[in-house]
Amino acid sequence: MSGSAGDGLLVPVDSRVHRLPAQVKIVALFVFVLAVVATPSTAFWAFALYAGMLAGCVVLARLPALVVLKRLAVETPFVVFALLLPFVATGPRVEVLGLSLSESGVLGSWNVLAKGTLGVVAAIVLSASTAPRELLAGLERLKLPSTLIAILSFMVRYLSVVSDDLHRMRIARESRGYQGGRAGHLKAVAGGVGALFVRSFERGERVHLAMQSRGYNGRMPLLSETGAAQAQWLEGLALSLTAVVIAVTARVAGL
Amino acid sequence: MSGPSIHVERLVFAYPDGRQALFGVDFSIERGERVALLGPNGAGKTTLVLHLNGILGSVAGGTGSGRIQVGGSDLHREHLPEVRRKVGLVFQDPDDQLFMPTVRDDVAFGPANLGLRGPELDERVHEALVQVGMQDHADVAPHHLSYGQRRRVAVATVLAMRPEVLVLDEPSSNLDPASRRELADILSGLDVTLLMITHDLPYALQLCERSLLMDAGRIVADGATRDLLGDADLMAAHRLELPYGFDPLSVPGPEK
Repeated sequence: MSGSAGDGLLVPVDSRVHRLPAQVKIVALFVFVLAVVATPSTAFWAFALYAGMLAGCVVLARLPALVVLKRLAVETPFVVFALLLPFVATGPRVEVLGLSLSESGVLGSWNVLAKGTLGVVAAIVLSASTAPRELLAGLERLKLPSTLIAILSFMVRYLSVVSDDLHRMRIARESRGYQGGRAGHLKAVAGGVGALFVRSFERGERVHLAMQSRGYNGRMPLLSETGAAQAQWLEGLALSLTAVVIAVTARVAGL
Repeated sequence: MSGPSIHVERLVFAYPDGRQALFGVDFSIERGERVALLGPNGAGKTTLVLHLNGILGSVAGGTGSGRIQVGGSDLHREHLPEVRRKVGLVFQDPDDQLFMPTVRDDVAFGPANLGLRGPELDERVHEALVQVGMQDHADVAPHHLSYGQRRRVAVATVLAMRPEVLVLDEPSSNLDPASRRELADILSGLDVTLLMITHDLPYALQLCERSLLMDAGRIVADGATRDLLGDADLMAAHRLELPYGFDPLSVPGPEK
């Protein structure tokens, strides 16, 4: 049984960041990312400040640095793309370590890498400090349509059930001596996915029956009833508002 | 209110694909009775209980005829929310029953649909969890519980609606012996009318003084659980078998 799936990416420690209401953190992340993206890529000092602030956040949230570094792996495709840029872009060339690179390419590469990494780290802080249920409650407070919330909450609940199903099907397949090459494997997996879809669909019908039996009338009950206090909003948004100030300053200074 | 908890008359039902599942079912369950619904696979037991709270049948817009009364009043489309509160259905697979992110949210789902809010709702949730001994697990996600614990929470989700009739679909399936006994302790301590589908015949004898035996969409026998289980010819005719070495005449039952 894959027990950890439902906790998502939460790192269960207690910290100021963990205690902030989820809706505050979601808005803070959103504003921070907007500020970072709006900063001109040549304002290197601004990016250094952002990185410093995020590092402070990671420390404040008591997240192990190793965990954060490992989760940065999701960024890999963008890193590959960014590293290609200096070689494929056109324009004036510069010599670096004997390689002829495009100047605008190097800058573009830096732009993608810096902004991408900052955004990903910020998202990691959010996901590691907020349980999936809190995240849903936060989105609900932010007035996301309730149908969407319901779909997301079912996803959180049934991800582990479905992945257990998948796991059992794989064991059953291998127990019957299935080997097959790469192509054959794909074929078996495709069949498995089809079966899994039918199973999940049937489960969906049964869950709907169970919901109806308990008086479901098309509206999910609210997950949270308390809002965030003003002080919590201020605390949570402090970092993002600082980022906005830095972004504006960088813009103005660059003119 | 007066009359039996559940009264079913000439209930007929066919699935939309034409497969007929119920061929005229009649029975009546008095208030406070504990009844086991026995029968081989495919006898129509689950189809029958899905009628009791109006999920299947003409009330739900399907095909079928017959009459169902819950607590003395007929099943009508306008009464469905009330009927679904009165008849609490516990499904066989707790993963179907528990669909919210935490145990607390799940137990609160039913009462919240009844319009309860705030402290009243919390009180109701706590009460239901205490009844099944799961009050310390309120903030846990359902998939972090053992199968037996999930089954107990599934019972709590229905108890939170304060039903008059508790209907369970194979409550002892897939449970280890200790979880099975714990669930029996919980069920025997509840003050509700109980209807329980089961293949676990000793369980039926332990908890229910009366049994209905169903086969091929009909009730074929209705009587004291001990008498039914002791009737070897009847049992054999409907593909029911007692576990090896089990003698229904030699064990204590719920009879007074």
